[in-house]
Amino acid sequence: MNYPLFQTAQAVEGVTTVDLYAEYPDFDINVDAEQARLTTHDVIVFQHPFYWYSAPAIMKEWQDLVLEHGFAYGLHGHALEGKVFLNAISTGAKPNAYSRGGMNHSDIRGLLAPFEKTADLCGMRYLAPFVMFGAGRAVEDNRLDVHRNAYDDLLKALVADRFDLKKAAKAAVLTDVLDDYIIKGEAV
Amino acid sequence: MELLSDAFVYLAAAVIAVPIANRLGLGSVLGYLIAGVVIGPILGVVGSETTDVQHFAEFGVVMMLFLVGLELRPAVLWKMRKQLIGLGGLQVVGTTAVFAGAGLLFGLSWQSALALGMILALSSTAIVLQTLNEKGWMKTQGGQSSFSVLLTQDIAVIPMLGVLPLLAVAHGDPDASDTHGEAAGHGGEALAALPGWAQALIILAVIAAIIVAGRHLLRPIFRFIAEAHLREIFTATALLLVIGIALMMDFVGLSPALGTFLAGVVLSDSDYRHELESDIEPFKGLLLGLFFLTVGAGIDFGLLFGAPGTIFGLAFGLMAAKFALLYALGTIFKLQGADRWLFALGLAQAGEFAFVLFGFASGAGVLEQSLLQTMTLVVAISMLFTPALFILYQKVVAPRVIAKTDREPDVIDSRGRVVVAGMGRFGQIVSRLLMTSGYDVVILDHDPQTIENLGRVGVRTFYGDVTRPDLLHGAGLMEADLFVAAIDDREKQTMVVEHVARTYPNVKILARARDRHHVYELEKAGAHHAEREVFEGAMSIGRKALVELGAHPFRARTKAKDFRNHDLAMLDDLRENYHDGGVDKSYIDAMRAHSETLYEIMRVDRGEESHERTERGWNPPPKGDATL
Repeated sequence: MNYPLFQTAQAVEGVTTVDLYAEYPDFDINVDAEQARLTTHDVIVFQHPFYWYSAPAIMKEWQDLVLEHGFAYGLHGHALEGKVFLNAISTGAKPNAYSRGGMNHSDIRGLLAPFEKTADLCGMRYLAPFVMFGAGRAVEDNRLDVHRNAYDDLLKALVADRFDLKKAAKAAVLTDVLDDYIIKGEAV
Repeated sequence: MELLSDAFVYLAAAVIAVPIANRLGLGSVLGYLIAGVVIGPILGVVGSETTDVQHFAEFGVVMMLFLVGLELRPAVLWKMRKQLIGLGGLQVVGTTAVFAGAGLLFGLSWQSALALGMILALSSTAIVLQTLNEKGWMKTQGGQSSFSVLLTQDIAVIPMLGVLPLLAVAHGDPDASDTHGEAAGHGGEALAALPGWAQALIILAVIAAIIVAGRHLLRPIFRFIAEAHLREIFTATALLLVIGIALMMDFVGLSPALGTFLAGVVLSDSDYRHELESDIEPFKGLLLGLFFLTVGAGIDFGLLFGAPGTIFGLAFGLMAAKFALLYALGTIFKLQGADRWLFALGLAQAGEFAFVLFGFASGAGVLEQSLLQTMTLVVAISMLFTPALFILYQKVVAPRVIAKTDREPDVIDSRGRVVVAGMGRFGQIVSRLLMTSGYDVVILDHDPQTIENLGRVGVRTFYGDVTRPDLLHGAGLMEADLFVAAIDDREKQTMVVEHVARTYPNVKILARARDRHHVYELEKAGAHHAEREVFEGAMSIGRKALVELGAHPFRARTKAKDFRNHDLAMLDDLRENYHDGGVDKSYIDAMRAHSETLYEIMRVDRGEESHERTERGWNPPPKGDATL
């Protein structure tokens, strides 16, 4: 499910895509290269399946190593300040599971709190997550292409700087309501 | 002081000449001979005392046979019996017969002719084994057959030492028999008074005593001494054993060499075999070296310049005859193409044992002095030309013969995206990984044995020499995506990679490299990626060693990772400093700088300085950071 989404992202001009598992099959992450990448980009998207209410192992390793003290946080760590951070994730459960009364006793943004706090500590602006719920049945329900198109719109808007970041930062989730945040203007 | 000055001359000559001869591919035996020639006939710094020295030095032969015995584990010998008796036996007997016949034609007595035949049948173990090992031919069929024959010859020396004096008795030259001491072992005066049956009985008893004592007495003694941890006393014991046996054999009138040989065989499967070997080896080496020096010093150049045609004619005749016999034997024993040539050319010389046996024969009065002088020259010349024969094999014969070996390359009727050249220890792992992952792999190898073994476990390998363009073409490289070069031979590997890169530019080449320099050579030849063959294995052992030493397994992994990254970076950086054929100062400097940074990195990692950027794990922020 994430691979077609990744392909969507690859096709968007102005987006640098990184397949961490392909680049570091042995988890031997090149910290300097990754930090250089962060420095030269304004928006950081974590696109991943929501494994066990978190990211796949390599993305955690990436955070542990790349978001160093003195680089991402701390007295002299200002490299990421002002950048935008976004989780683009897929879940197995349907949207109603992610609510106070639902199976997970929390909405999705609440469960993503560690990422939001990480972004906060690094001085980044955290946007509401872009989520594909019920990913296991997305193809059967013909939702995959719809979601891919939405992802395409989202990324292009971010690249073109025509996304309402303030509003998106306050939202619960960006799924299905994208049009509310994209600033209309001349075609991209 | 005369002893010291003599020793100085001999040692100096050896120290100068032997390494040079070795470097020139002549081998140490020739080095000693040449050194002897220089200090004897040419410079004249040594003179008549060489005969005495030679008798002393002959004890090296006794030691050598002890070592030969130590090498000959009965079980191993038994396993090789077919090769030894068949191939080796025929070589010794056949060559002896031919040269004895020739001797008769030249008008020698049958005793002298037989003695000469036996002596000339032997080849040079020292030169041939060293060359085979150096060139990596030991594992080939030709090398293995050569080894069998040399081993047979080494063993055959024992009966020869026994037979030679008998020939002398018949020859009737009793005066000569006393001139020879240690190695000859022509004592036996103590028993002379006894009747024949009593002599025989005593001799048998002595041999039995050696075997029984070797089995049951010597081992506890060696164990006792080894446990004392007095290295020099162990050496002394080993020497005492060899000298003691030699004396005992001398006393009963048997060859000391035979006695020590027996003792060697008896001790060959004891726990102290290697220690005995390494203790006796230097003494043997020096004494034998001294012996060859004296042979060289005794060479009569007047003889050579007086009749160069005769001497060289005899030498070449000798080699031609030995070659012809060996080639015929190789054919009978089904040696193929290049192997047969290697076998026949390699063993065509007469050997260092000839000098020993000449000395022995002259002492026993079997051969006349003038003949001995001539034959010593002939043997030395045949040895001198041996390296040339090996070069002839390598440069002229092998390339041609290999191109038309009796076994035609297989017709390759399978296709795959991957072609793997070389199915040794390396290629097997690569191919198995690929095949079990579901890829069709075409595998090539040039060793019929490997192919047969793999066939038994169901892996199909095609026979052929991968340096031949048509074989690679037949393997479907045109349609393949990937070529894995996993050949053991360094030069061949580079050659193949170069050919594939040039002829099939669309094929990716992954290559096994011997070392860092080979990586550069392979990359230059066109390999897309070259990997040092033992690097990952060594890394893995190093990492395990860290764990054994108490490092946390994950810590060991991190350290190994840092080390690997540093090493790969160095590999990358040194590339531009590496020039064809070696390294210059810039390379060494760059390398030194790199090892310094490595120490820095690893020291930092040892925790002596904390929170360094080189330590890339999760780190707590420093305590003084007020923002947290």
